[in-house]
Amino acid sequence: MSPILFWLFSILMLGFGVLVVVHRNPVASALSLVVSFLGLAVLFVSLDAYFIGVIQVLVYAGAVMVLFLFIIMLLDLKAEERRKWNPLALAGGAFVTLSFAALLIKVLHRFPDADKAFPPLPVKVGQMEDVHNVGMMLFTNYNLPFQVVGVLVLVATIGIVVLSKKELK
Amino acid sequence: MIITLNDYLLVSGLLFTIGFSGVLLRRNIIIIFMCLELMLNAANLSLVAFSRFHLAADGLPNYNGQILVFFIITVAAAEVAVGLAIIVALYRARQTTHVEDINSLKF
Repeated sequence: MSPILFWLFSILMLGFGVLVVVHRNPVASALSLVVSFLGLAVLFVSLDAYFIGVIQVLVYAGAVMVLFLFIIMLLDLKAEERRKWNPLALAGGAFVTLSFAALLIKVLHRFPDADKAFPPLPVKVGQMEDVHNVGMMLFTNYNLPFQVVGVLVLVATIGIVVLSKKELK
Repeated sequence: MIITLNDYLLVSGLLFTIGFSGVLLRRNIIIIFMCLELMLNAANLSLVAFSRFHLAADGLPNYNGQILVFFIITVAAAEVAVGLAIIVALYRARQTTHVEDINSLKF
C-alpha cells in the first residue's frame, strides 16, 4: 500500500476516533465509531489480512454498531446537557493520557528492529488464499479454543436473556 | 518513504490512547463502552501488523496473530451484547446512564 493511502486512512481513523470522544451526542459518537472501524478495516487489508478486514466490517461496523445504535434509540438518550466539568478530573485525565502517549512513543523509539520495511510475500497480490489459511489454522491447531468460544457465545446469549427479564432478582 | 512496522504500531498506540482518554474523560456509560471497543481494536491492529512482519516458515504471514484477532473480535462481540444488556438493566433501575449518578459503592 502506498504511504499516502496508509496515512490518509490512519488519519481518517484517528480523526473519527477523536470525534467519538468529543461529541456530546451519543448517536454522532456511534456513527463516528463506524467510520473509524471502516478505516481500521482498510489498514487490515493493507497488511494482507483480508479475512480479518472483512469480519471487521461485518462484525464491528455492522453488527456491534447496530446494537449500539439500537440501545441508544431504546434508552432515548438526548445530547448531554452541559454538566459542570470537574476541573481536577479533567486535568488528571489529560495528564494521564498525555503521559501515556509520551511513554508509548518513547518505547517505540527503543525498538530498532521495527524500522525495517515489511518483508515481501511469496505469492502475488490477489492469489493469496487468506481465508483458506486462517480456516486451516482455526480448525486444526486452534480447534479446542474455537469450540470453547462457541460455548462462550452460548453462555453470553443465555446471560442476556436472563439480564433482560422483567424482574431481576 | 516506506511504511514500516513502527508506523503501524504508532497508529495503533495513538488509537489506544484516544480510547483510553475517552474512558477517563467521558461520563456517559455508553460512550465509555464505545471507547473500550476502540482500545480493543487498537490491540488488534498491532497484532495483525506483527503477524505480517514476522513471516512464518513458509513465507506467509504468521497466522497465529490473526487467529488471536479472530478470537478477540468474537469475545468482544459477546462482551458488547452482555454489557449493553447490563446498561439497559441499569437504566431500568436508575433511569440514568451517567456514571456520576451511580455511586452506591462509593464510600
